[in-house]
Amino acid sequence: MTDLLFVLFSALALLCGFLTVANPFTRSPVASALFLVLTMVWLAGLFVLLHAFFIAAVQILVYAGAVMVLFLFVIMLLDLREEERRRWNRFGVAAGLISVLGLLGITAVTLLRATPDGTGDAQLEGATHALGLMLFRQYLLPFEIVSVLLLVAMLGVILLSKRELK
Amino acid sequence: MDWQFLAFSLAKILVVFAVVMTMVAYAVLVERKVSAFIQDRVGPNRANPFFARYIPYLGMKLVRWGIFQPMADALKAILKEDYTPAHVRKVYFWIAPALAMVPALLTLAVIPFGSQLGAQKMVIADLDVGVLYTFGIVSLGVYGIVLAGYAANSKYPFLGGIRSSAQMISYEIAMGLSVIPVFLLVGSLNLSDVIGAQSGSLLAWHVFKQPVAFFVFLVAAFAETNRLPFDLPEAETELVGGYHTEYSSMKFALFFLGEYAAMISVSAMMVTLFFGGWTLPFLGLDQPAQSLWVGLLHILIFFLKLCVLLVGIIWVRWMLPRFRYDQLMDLGWRRFIPVALANIVVTAGVLAMMHR
Repeated sequence: MTDLLFVLFSALALLCGFLTVANPFTRSPVASALFLVLTMVWLAGLFVLLHAFFIAAVQILVYAGAVMVLFLFVIMLLDLREEERRRWNRFGVAAGLISVLGLLGITAVTLLRATPDGTGDAQLEGATHALGLMLFRQYLLPFEIVSVLLLVAMLGVILLSKRELK
Repeated sequence: MDWQFLAFSLAKILVVFAVVMTMVAYAVLVERKVSAFIQDRVGPNRANPFFARYIPYLGMKLVRWGIFQPMADALKAILKEDYTPAHVRKVYFWIAPALAMVPALLTLAVIPFGSQLGAQKMVIADLDVGVLYTFGIVSLGVYGIVLAGYAANSKYPFLGGIRSSAQMISYEIAMGLSVIPVFLLVGSLNLSDVIGAQSGSLLAWHVFKQPVAFFVFLVAAFAETNRLPFDLPEAETELVGGYHTEYSSMKFALFFLGEYAAMISVSAMMVTLFFGGWTLPFLGLDQPAQSLWVGLLHILIFFLKLCVLLVGIIWVRWMLPRFRYDQLMDLGWRRFIPVALANIVVTAGVLAMMHR
């Protein structure tokens, strides 16, 4: 049952991920955004299969529920026709390649480090309490750095929007 | 996979679904009757099916109470022509009503609506991250509205869609922040544990322990379900009807029923988080049931609490005037979010002092 669900979720995640970037039927960015939402949902399904309920719920709550809604918002307010005309763009291809290679590198390192017999720390499975303790003790520095990153992004938005007002 | 577990889960899902859909239908009737009462009218009293006159004594009374009105409404919604305007984006136009309805129903999966019947816990999914699941699903409800506005492909529904999704996103933050103190007190995200923490005495209910949290949650709930005083998404009297302007017949009914389903699920959340769920603080009704009858009684208690909250929400709609959009945003971002944040800090501070 779990194996079947794993195959189902990962196949659907891959399919939706593919349709996000290369949809043969439409070039509409709204369709891409919605397929990205579906990819997030299937990824959450994979997290549930790993018994990481907290991560699964947060995945839906943050990515599908908040981030992608704002994406959709911005996309809808843009002029979509111009976007549909646009073809290859050297900067976009380079940025895409670099990020894909970076992600592949991280995945490869993680896979090499992983123990073959499954999960490393069974205690962490689904336990919000344990996750919180680890986040605020062992991984406090990365956590704080990410917070600062978000703060910088917020300040940037305020700066950009205020400049137009003046 | 355990077949017994599957069968019981399926049965619970079916029963909850049937009960909630019936409640949705009759919530509409209650809405119309309450509004009629408040505005000194009679309300629906004409739906008179052929079999009503054969019911001895009660028949005509039921007609006057409007008991058959939901059936007539449903029939009308289904039989009306399902018109799709030529200029809409078809795929989104079809998906949006479903997306508006489904999240409200999915939320109910983690609500404990009773203690236990026999060995079965009366909750569909007893998740450890129950409340995160709820907020995750609730946050998906925005898609129905965004897509409905986008699908209509004309300016007023689009502006309506943007207006309401901005409202829902804003109040989602206040709603999420308002419940954090409750979970600080309980020390668990599991909704069954939340109910367990409220047993013992009436003062253990979180509505008394955390009145600020309850108030913020209540107001945010009104905004999330698009109810008056925050029904800007619709605002039919002064703005064009919002995101569902282009919809008709059953598709419109899905938006309409989705609103009531969302109302039920948010009330169920409030009963669970703030009003002790299925417990009552006397006669030993706050412990999980040992016998079948007590189990049924617990479900009845939950149901009654839910109905009281629902009628309250409906009552408010006919009592308060609508907020202006800038007032709504101001209230959400500049009043409720700071209040909710302060409540978190104060609660955490007090808890830290007590546990020192």
